[in-house]
Amino acid sequence: MTANGWLQIAVFCALVLVLVRPLGGYMARLFSGERVFLSPVLGPVERVLFRAAGISAKQEQGWIAYALSMLAFNLAGLLITYVVLRCQDMLPFNRQGLPGLPPDLAFNTAVSFTTNTNWQAYGGETTMSYFSQMVGLTVHNFTSAATGIVLAIAFIRAFSRATAKTLGSFWVDLTRCTLHLLLPMAIVLALVLVWQGVPQNLDPYVSATTVEGTRQTIAQGPVASQVAIKMLGTNGGGFFNANAAHPYENPTPLSNLLQMVAIFAIGAGLTNTFGRMVKDERQGWAILSAMGVMFLAGVAIAYGAEASGNPLITALGVDGGNMEGKEVRFGIANSALFATATTGASCGAVNAMHSSFTPLGGLVPLINMQLGEIIVGGVGAGLYGMLLFVVLAVFIAGQMVGRTPEYLGKKIESREVRLAFLALLVLPLAMLGFTAVAAILPEARASLANAGPHGFSEILYAYTSAGANNGSAFAGLNANTPFFNLTLGLTMLIGRFLMIVPMLGVAGALVAKKRLPPSAGSLPTHTPLFVGLLVGVILVVGGLEFMPALALGPVVEHFALAAGQTF
Amino acid sequence: MSIAHDDRGRAMPGAGFMARALGDSIRKLDPRTLIRNPVIFTVEIVSALVTVVFLRDLADGGDAGFSGQIAAWLWFTVLFANFAEAVAEGRGKAQAASLRRTRAETVARRLGDDGSVEQVPGTTLRAGDLVLVEAGDIIPSDGEVIEGIASVDESAITGESAPVIRESGGDRSAVTGGTRVISDRITVRITAAAGNTFLDRMIALVEGARRQKTPNEVALSILLAGLTLIFVIATATIEPFARHAGGSVPIVLLAALFITLIPTTIGGLLSAIGIAGMDRLIRFNVLATSGRAVEAAGDVDTLLLDKTGTITLGNRVATEFIAMPGIDLFDLASAAQLASLRDETPEGRSIVVLAKEKYGIRAHEMSELNARFVPFTAQTRMSGVDHGDVAIRKGAIDAIEALVDGTAIPRDWSVAVERIARTGGTPLGVVRNRRLLGVIHLKDVVKGGIRERFAELRAMGIRTVMITGDNALTAAAIAAEAGVDDFLAQATPENKLDLIRREQAQGRLVAMCGDGTNDAPALAQADVGVAMNTGTQAAREAGNMVDLDSDPTKLIEIVGIGKQMLMTRGSLTTFSIANDVAKYFAIIPAIFAATYPQLGALNVMGLATPASAVLSAIVFNALIIVALIPLALRGVRYRAVGAAGLLRRNLAIYGFGGVLLPFAGIKAIDLVVAALGLA
Repeated sequence: MTANGWLQIAVFCALVLVLVRPLGGYMARLFSGERVFLSPVLGPVERVLFRAAGISAKQEQGWIAYALSMLAFNLAGLLITYVVLRCQDMLPFNRQGLPGLPPDLAFNTAVSFTTNTNWQAYGGETTMSYFSQMVGLTVHNFTSAATGIVLAIAFIRAFSRATAKTLGSFWVDLTRCTLHLLLPMAIVLALVLVWQGVPQNLDPYVSATTVEGTRQTIAQGPVASQVAIKMLGTNGGGFFNANAAHPYENPTPLSNLLQMVAIFAIGAGLTNTFGRMVKDERQGWAILSAMGVMFLAGVAIAYGAEASGNPLITALGVDGGNMEGKEVRFGIANSALFATATTGASCGAVNAMHSSFTPLGGLVPLINMQLGEIIVGGVGAGLYGMLLFVVLAVFIAGQMVGRTPEYLGKKIESREVRLAFLALLVLPLAMLGFTAVAAILPEARASLANAGPHGFSEILYAYTSAGANNGSAFAGLNANTPFFNLTLGLTMLIGRFLMIVPMLGVAGALVAKKRLPPSAGSLPTHTPLFVGLLVGVILVVGGLEFMPALALGPVVEHFALAAGQTF
Repeated sequence: MSIAHDDRGRAMPGAGFMARALGDSIRKLDPRTLIRNPVIFTVEIVSALVTVVFLRDLADGGDAGFSGQIAAWLWFTVLFANFAEAVAEGRGKAQAASLRRTRAETVARRLGDDGSVEQVPGTTLRAGDLVLVEAGDIIPSDGEVIEGIASVDESAITGESAPVIRESGGDRSAVTGGTRVISDRITVRITAAAGNTFLDRMIALVEGARRQKTPNEVALSILLAGLTLIFVIATATIEPFARHAGGSVPIVLLAALFITLIPTTIGGLLSAIGIAGMDRLIRFNVLATSGRAVEAAGDVDTLLLDKTGTITLGNRVATEFIAMPGIDLFDLASAAQLASLRDETPEGRSIVVLAKEKYGIRAHEMSELNARFVPFTAQTRMSGVDHGDVAIRKGAIDAIEALVDGTAIPRDWSVAVERIARTGGTPLGVVRNRRLLGVIHLKDVVKGGIRERFAELRAMGIRTVMITGDNALTAAAIAAEAGVDDFLAQATPENKLDLIRREQAQGRLVAMCGDGTNDAPALAQADVGVAMNTGTQAAREAGNMVDLDSDPTKLIEIVGIGKQMLMTRGSLTTFSIANDVAKYFAIIPAIFAATYPQLGALNVMGLATPASAVLSAIVFNALIIVALIPLALRGVRYRAVGAAGLLRRNLAIYGFGGVLLPFAGIKAIDLVVAALGLA
């Protein structure tokens, strides 16, 4: 580890922190229906859209209606994308004459982009037409991000409102989120990326002769617009197969820094939106602190592990840490930081190959995802996932102060505990269950590039990434098989929607409750003590169940490596 | 039998008690009853499974020594959990048995419509029947005195041996079945049929027969079931994982890992904690109609406390004589004393005492003076004495002023009256033959230490509101002196009810106590309503707790007991979950020892062998339940330090302690296991 490396990490953290209040305040005003600075321009557009769709900005929905609207909207998006991908050979902007996708891959990809996972079992430049990229995928980068954000807003309203029946209107929230928040931010970031050298065109691929004299096809396309939203919306699906390691997606250290900040910006800002909407910004800072503690711990472990490198290679006299699978323009610190951020948030873009990380370095992204991506997390999803843990932490600790547990004046009772647990149970079930199946199925094992614990890590990583809706890949696993396309697709659907529905149920139960005034007898939830407690509950309740699996993957690999054994 | 005079529950009863509890632990193995406790029920299923493996090992010549020991300790885990519950129930069972003896068959004398008296068994009485009870009779069922007055020995219920007066009308009309009339005769209207009386309810309560899970307990059970499910997933997937690595994990090891991970500690102690909480209240001579009420007590935000008897000593005491101009102070004191000689009220007696102590005026003999005493009535609102042509009266200021209507009232009079009222006192006017002599200052004496109690309550986040019939000025002065947060002056049943509703509308939980029939609506509205046992039947039915000692101060302790129950549950849950960290470190390297010896690096405790590691973890897991039974029964100590302080303290002890203790405990057991060569 170097001082320079840590300085870059500090700059990243500082930029994210600076954005928290402005973005948080903007979103709080936006979703409270107040005027924001873009209202003069976008207000009329919004009204036209509402009128065209026949919705009223005033009409709100209870949790069930909110959930059904969300499900219907996402199902429609999934089906459209499936059709677009299957028929891309019949659709325009197919400069390379790429064929339609086979059913299993189209299903997997449609699910993947609908669920904000952006798991890619394909290589973008060799599979997708520009039309598919723009209409099938980029649209989802907006809508799946907006879905996550508005769900978080609905959950926030469960705390900010008292004795109410409704959580807001899914349609109104979705429109405002896309129009006032995601579009403007994506346009600005896309322009900056273009300035940094990211292409934005509809040209055919360029054929070039390299200095060695071989011919190389250089892919082109509307890259900047997709990269901007894939980061802001924590989607992570690369335009190119190499994702953010590709020089056209992420050309410079500056573009790398901005993309990392973009991954965290909205998620971190939402904690402040939460604080503002519940009328106590400290609550938002407490949640962000819990995220921050776990983030820094993850960065330190990953950076430390990567910087100390592979002992077998160090023994050969090579120093400077583990550079395998990393881009020289980013280096170790920025690769470790990117890996921690992209898996802490539910982004899944990668600027280095996680499979080539040292075992401990690769352990960090795994744990980040297994905890449910609540370290800032996917836009919106991170906050509501975190709030579910808060509900549990408050329930466990709240009784210790001799009262029925309550959070922000809302009593946490059996219905909330049951639904919160249901939501949290989904992740280990999908991740561990499918990993277990794939671990013994010969058909699945044939896809592995490595044996032993490293091969196991590849499977575990795939289902963990899918279940957590992350989408990053460990590499080394050939996932484009009917078995993996199908099971990973299911895992993504389970990890997204089977968690959301009980989560909204918790919101529906909470919004109807009275809000009790805080007193010296109520559990303080903005203190460092509570932050520590929350982190403890997350690690023990959310993390311990993965320990056997981790022990058989990265942990054993680490000890084996130390003893000179590789797989 | 008396509950009150039981020792306050520290010493465990003797060998007989233990034997009974052990017997109950085995009876509770019946899966039909055990299913109420999902975690322990799961342990029982796994125990049965491992027992089958053990028997197979015996037959095949497998490692039966190991699987046998694991099976045995799994069964012990179930038994220890059952034992905790049995011990908690044991106390109540003993109390219920002796209460039952009190509920002997009684013969009631039922009054017919025509006034005839008919002897019927007490069990055939129905609500609405009239019965006649005379000295020496046991009151056949709960009821209301509608005619007569009697002294009643209620020691069977309250443990208090001094008899109490029960009379028709007013707030002392309720009688309880099973108590004995020791003088006079009364007519009682029966309000509860046999099987549904106070005594029946009390027996059911102390026995825990009708115990239902409280809301928090239900929520906690869901959490524990959820954790159990998570660990089902975590352990069920291990075998496929191990197969991928080319190994296999014996089922006994998986069973051991699973049982140590699921929250057996809190699962085993949960119902004991609930029963013990209820029991603490009973030993405190308060009966709660449900565990829900006890839990609600812990959540209370606002306490409504009656001024009289709770905040002040109850009796006002004369502290000062203020003479009008031209009147000798000694003369005033003497007249006041004379007017109070036959006044048996505490106020009257305090005037005599003050006159004697401050002015050395000895008691006159009324008969010597040939005086005639004029008693206090609600109409005149004054009392006094006539001897010869001298008439002395003392009483309420406006009544005295009305008496001297027409004569000029000196300015000093109004000044004195106002000063007394402002400081929370009650002024009594003294007049002799229509001449104002002066004013007596009666003062409400605030109980010693009550101010500190209210400060404690405030630290716990509980607001105290004083309820008083006094006017606002008086109430404000006493409220300030006692340190309550708020007061309700000139309280009526209606504005009391309004106050409760207002507090509840703001989301607060309200506790109050009361005894009169007109308290019943407020008692019913309050989240925790403590009825005094001396109160009316209506009040007792409206509240959700009955205080057998009829001591309104207890409300504060009741809140503490409620909090203690919740704290104990929360702390042991935290402890139980925190324990898992160490158990992973003990078992994970052990179960993969054959496949990946490299994982031995995780054996941070340095446990002797894989088998001893697993055995030690399972033994620790079972023994910790027994070790924590005393804590579950006694409750985590409650301190009035506010939520932040409590959290810091309990998290340090049960959270961090819960992470660290099993490392030491499992290591110690492992040393023993290795030394004895058990595994």
